[in-house]
Amino acid sequence: MLAMNYRGPYRVRADKNVPLPEILHPQDVIVRVLRSCICGSDLHLYHGLVPDTRIGSTFGHEFIGEVVEVGTAIENLQVGDRVMVPFNIACGKCAFCRQELYGNCHESNPEATAVGGIFGYSHTAGGYAGGQAEYVRVPYADVGPVVIPNWMDPDDAVLLTDVVPTGYQAAEMAGIQPGDTVVVFGAGPIGIMAAKCSWLFGAARVIIIDQVDYRLEFAERYAQCEAVNFRSIGDPVVFIKTITDSLGADVCIDAVGCEAAGNSINTLLGRYMMLQGGSTTALHWAINSVKKGGIVSIVGVYGPTNSLVPIGNVLNKGITIRANQASVKRLLPKLIQHVQDGVINPKELITHRVPLEEVGDAYHLFSSKLDNCIKTVLIPPLAST
Amino acid sequence: MMTDQTTPEDFINERQGQYSHIKGWGMDFDPKNDPTFPIKKRNNEEHQGYAWQRPPLQEETVEILKSVERPNLTAVYGTDNPPKGLSGAIRRMAFNYSESSYGRWLPLVLADRINMLEGVAQDIAKGHLPNIAKELGLGAEWKYNKKSFISKSVVVGLVIGLVAYQFCSKKKK
Repeated sequence: MLAMNYRGPYRVRADKNVPLPEILHPQDVIVRVLRSCICGSDLHLYHGLVPDTRIGSTFGHEFIGEVVEVGTAIENLQVGDRVMVPFNIACGKCAFCRQELYGNCHESNPEATAVGGIFGYSHTAGGYAGGQAEYVRVPYADVGPVVIPNWMDPDDAVLLTDVVPTGYQAAEMAGIQPGDTVVVFGAGPIGIMAAKCSWLFGAARVIIIDQVDYRLEFAERYAQCEAVNFRSIGDPVVFIKTITDSLGADVCIDAVGCEAAGNSINTLLGRYMMLQGGSTTALHWAINSVKKGGIVSIVGVYGPTNSLVPIGNVLNKGITIRANQASVKRLLPKLIQHVQDGVINPKELITHRVPLEEVGDAYHLFSSKLDNCIKTVLIPPLAST
Repeated sequence: MMTDQTTPEDFINERQGQYSHIKGWGMDFDPKNDPTFPIKKRNNEEHQGYAWQRPPLQEETVEILKSVERPNLTAVYGTDNPPKGLSGAIRRMAFNYSESSYGRWLPLVLADRINMLEGVAQDIAKGHLPNIAKELGLGAEWKYNKKSFISKSVVVGLVIGLVAYQFCSKKKK
């Protein structure tokens, strides 16, 4: 089958000779992929920043597809069902899944205990093949996947597998109270969605900060928020204090993660030398910009190694830090309703549709932010819709 | 391959605690004081330890490197790209360290880079010459960012030309 094939940092290709996936467990299904996105966090893999990303891996944790084969223990799905597949692989039985922490499953990743299994996200996240392929194996398929409602556009469905739940949970973890000022660092798809969802919790002001003008313009329009380029404001922390009557924001959301720009020491140590789990610049700004007693919500992805953060300021300011991978299964019923009600319109984020055969161009386009790219969707040749 | 022989009973938390003699035990408990709400549906099952009824176990058909922080493989896992070659040897060594150690992660980064070279060698051995320009997505660069493409090409061309010139002039001497 055709699948994306990682060959090293900044090198990926569409490989026609990848073996078809097989049922390896009674609770597996095989899905024929209809849509697969490139996520901002795929770029961390693409840039070689995630340890244990092996050559020959297929990325892709945001996908939808049609069930073509089911394991012997599958009860909730049948061949022909069209499903959205949460990016987290969750057993539904462990103590953490039973607490609805589906992003923290303890039965899906033998290689690391800190993170549950994730499709196509290196052996640090379980070594699963991802959905940037014609077919993919989906474990625990009775637990995570949800049948796509007939009324739902496939482009909306594919964004419900990660972008919408992660953005929503960023705002949810922030504990936003009516009247709060929310600052979101990062105007990628997740940051834009976090800004959009902040309104749903009663924010009075939402400010998004980035360095890419076209993304800020998009965010301003899509999320109806204030948008600021940190290259034009001097010190972002001083700027935020200034526009919040010197006290700081009630809530800051880090939707950037390990490839943040804006601080050369962090960039050197985190991105080039890999001596910390990425560049923590956005997290620094979030901690230092939030009000005393405020909340910092982290959904930006960092590597597993140590990272430099101003933990003394966290203590002295009495900051609450909340973070997690999105619990997609927990949030899907509510978010499907929000899409049906027109409260959230995910597919507007999609700017580029690229055939899977041109996956190298698609990654470069997204990574280098060419052609005003916000979100790229890969279409496999077998996708009929 | 070895099959996991552990059972839930091996991990039941028997430290149930003796606190009935503690004066004031639990008197200030406030269920609303829960910073995990609404993310975690609290049921305190984790206090019972790693003792849940596990899903059926996937058959072990390839080598899987397991974190030393857990006693067994998870019930499912990915089987693509098992460790092999020099990079595989380094990965095996790295997995002797816990997830909190640089000894775990920095060797994995080294293994990834070596694996990249192994990948090139494998391609050539299979008679497949990698199309580096296509893999780098230079088509998109040409389509959407011609100016940068041309300037980068000129710089790369100059560097290659200089190196070639130096090499040739040294050879003549």
